[in-house]
Amino acid sequence: MTQYISRRLLILPVVLLGVSVLVFLVLHLVPGNPAQVIAGPDAPPETVQAIERELGLDRPLPEQYARYLGRVVQGDLGRSLRSKRPVLDDVLDALPNTIQLTVVAAIITPLVAIPLGVVAAAKRGSAVDRWLMLVSMLGITAPIFAVALGLMLVFGYELRLLPISGYGGPIWTLDGLRSVALPAVTLAVGSVAVMARLTRSAMLEVLNQDYVRVARAKGLRESIVLLRHGLKNAMLPITTVIGLQVAYLLSGAVVTETVFAWPGVGRLAVYAIEARDFPLVQGTVLIISVVFVLVNLAVDVGYAFMDPRIHYD
Amino acid sequence: MSERVEQPGRRLTALAPASRQAQKTEAPRSVRRALLQRFLRNRPGVLGLVVIVLLIVLAIFAPVVAPYHWKSQEIVNRFAGPSTTHLFGTDELGRDIFSRLLYGARYSLTIGIAAVAASFSIGTLLGIIAGFYHRFDTLVMRLIDVMMAFPGILLAIAIVAALGPGIINTIIAIGLNEIPGFARLTRSMVLTLREREFVVAARVTGASDAEIVRRHVLVNLMSPIIVFASLRVSTAILVGATLSFLGLGIQPPIPEWGAMVSTARQYIATAPHTFVYPTLAIFVTVVAFNLLGDALRDTLDPTMRD
Repeated sequence: MTQYISRRLLILPVVLLGVSVLVFLVLHLVPGNPAQVIAGPDAPPETVQAIERELGLDRPLPEQYARYLGRVVQGDLGRSLRSKRPVLDDVLDALPNTIQLTVVAAIITPLVAIPLGVVAAAKRGSAVDRWLMLVSMLGITAPIFAVALGLMLVFGYELRLLPISGYGGPIWTLDGLRSVALPAVTLAVGSVAVMARLTRSAMLEVLNQDYVRVARAKGLRESIVLLRHGLKNAMLPITTVIGLQVAYLLSGAVVTETVFAWPGVGRLAVYAIEARDFPLVQGTVLIISVVFVLVNLAVDVGYAFMDPRIHYD
Repeated sequence: MSERVEQPGRRLTALAPASRQAQKTEAPRSVRRALLQRFLRNRPGVLGLVVIVLLIVLAIFAPVVAPYHWKSQEIVNRFAGPSTTHLFGTDELGRDIFSRLLYGARYSLTIGIAAVAASFSIGTLLGIIAGFYHRFDTLVMRLIDVMMAFPGILLAIAIVAALGPGIINTIIAIGLNEIPGFARLTRSMVLTLREREFVVAARVTGASDAEIVRRHVLVNLMSPIIVFASLRVSTAILVGATLSFLGLGIQPPIPEWGAMVSTARQYIATAPHTFVYPTLAIFVTVVAFNLLGDALRDTLDPTMRD
C-alpha cells in the first residue's frame, strides 16, 4: 500500500507538469498570431504589439513556458484581458460556488441511487426492476444540457416552483438551497443512474453468497437480510464509484453552470472562451484539472487505506 | 462525461481471444454466418443498427428527403407547432425543424464517426506501442495520464477554445479527447497477448515485430476495440452536441443538433417544440449507437452478457 501511494505521489508532479504544458500550449494552438486574434482583426499594430509584449509572445517558446511555469508556481495566473483583474482572484471567487454545487449533487447521488439499486436488486427481474434499469439507462444517455433544460421547463416555467437560473446565495440559506436545487439535480442525474446500476449489480453479487442464504434460512426478515447482510457488504464497490462520480460531477459542472447561469468555475471557463480571454481560459482549465487530479488522488489513496486488498497497476 | 461509459471498456479486455477463430481462413464464412445469426437474434441491437442506417441514409439524401431547405425561412410562420406541413413545427425564423434535423444529421454523424475513427487509429497505435515495446510504455502512459487529468470534456473544450469553432476543429478536439480510452484498452490487451503462446511461437519462428503485430496481435484486438468504438461514437456525438450547445463547436445557423438546442434555449418557455425535437434526435442517435455497441459485445463474446 505504501508503495502504491508513494508511486502515485511520484507521478503527481509529472502529471501536473504535463497539464501545465498542455494548458500553456492552448494559447499557441490559436491559428495565426494569438495577439492579433485577441486584439481583433481591425486592431492597429501598436495594440497587437502591446498584447504580444504583455503576454510575452515575442520570446522563444521554451522561455515563455519557463516564465509561465515560474509565475504559476507563485500563484500568478496572469491577468484577465477583459476585467484586468488577476485570473487567480476570478477563479477563487468562482470556486466556492462550484464546490457548493458539486457537494449538493454528491450528497443527492448516493441518497437516491443506493435505495433505487437495492430495490431493483431485491425485486430482480420484476417490472419495477426493468423500469428502473430502463430509466437509469436513459439517465446515462441523456445529454446534461437536455436534462437541464427539461427540468428548467417543468419546475421553473410550468410549475414555477424553483428559480430558473442564477445564484441565490450560500446553500445553507433557503434562497440558496432553492437556487441550487435544479442545477444540482441536473448534475446528479447521470451519476445517480450509474450508481443505481452499480448498486444493483453489487447487491446481486452479494445476495448470491452463502452467508445471505444462511441469514435467510435462519428466518431473518428480508429487510434485515438486504440491509445488514447485503448492502453492508456491497458498499465497497459502491464507494469506489462515489469517488469516480465526484470527478465526473466536476466536469459536468461546466455545462450545468453555463445553462443555469451558476457563477462557478465552469461557467467562467466558457465565458472566457467566448470572450477569447486566453489567460482566463488557461487559468480556469488549469485550476479545474489540478482540483480533479488531487481529488482523484485523494479518492484512490482513501481506498487503499479502506481496503488493503486493493492494488492497482 | 467520458467516465460514464468507461466501464464496458474495462470488461472488454477479457474478450480478446474471442476473435481468434475469425482469423482462421478455413471456415470464415460459417463463423461469420454464426456471428451474424447471433447478432440478428439481438432485437435491440438490430433496432439500433436499423436506426443508424436510416439516419445515415436520411443524412446523405437530406436534399431529396427534406421537404424544405435548411436555410429557407418563413418569418410569418415562426414558432408554428407541429402540423402536416411542418412535421416538427418551425423555429424562431420560421425554418422547418424536421428538414433542419435531417441536414443536421450530417454534422452530428460525421463528427461522431470521424472523431472516433481518428482516435481509434491513433489510440490503438499508441496502445500497441506502449504494450509491445516496454521502453515506450512509461512515456506513452504518462502522456495518457496527462490527457486524462482533464475531467470529461474539459480537454475538448480547451482545444476548441484555442482552435476556434468549426467542424474540423470539433472533430480534432473530440478525437484527442477519445484517444486515452483507446490507448489504455489496447495497451492492456497487448500486454496479455504478448505473453500468449501463439505470439511467443511466432517470435520463435523468427517473425518480425511488424508481422507479429499485424498477424497475431491486431486480429485479436479488433473485436473488443470495435465494440468499444461503437460505444464511443455515442459519447463523441454527445460531446459534439455539447460543444455546439455551449457555442464552441458548430455554430448557428448551421443546423447541428446541439447548436439547434442552444438557439432553442431562449424560447423553451414559449416554443418548447424547438427544443424537444433536436434533443430527441440526439437522444435517439446516442441510444441507437449504445444498443448497437451492446449487441456487438454480446455477439462477439456471449460470455460477457449481463
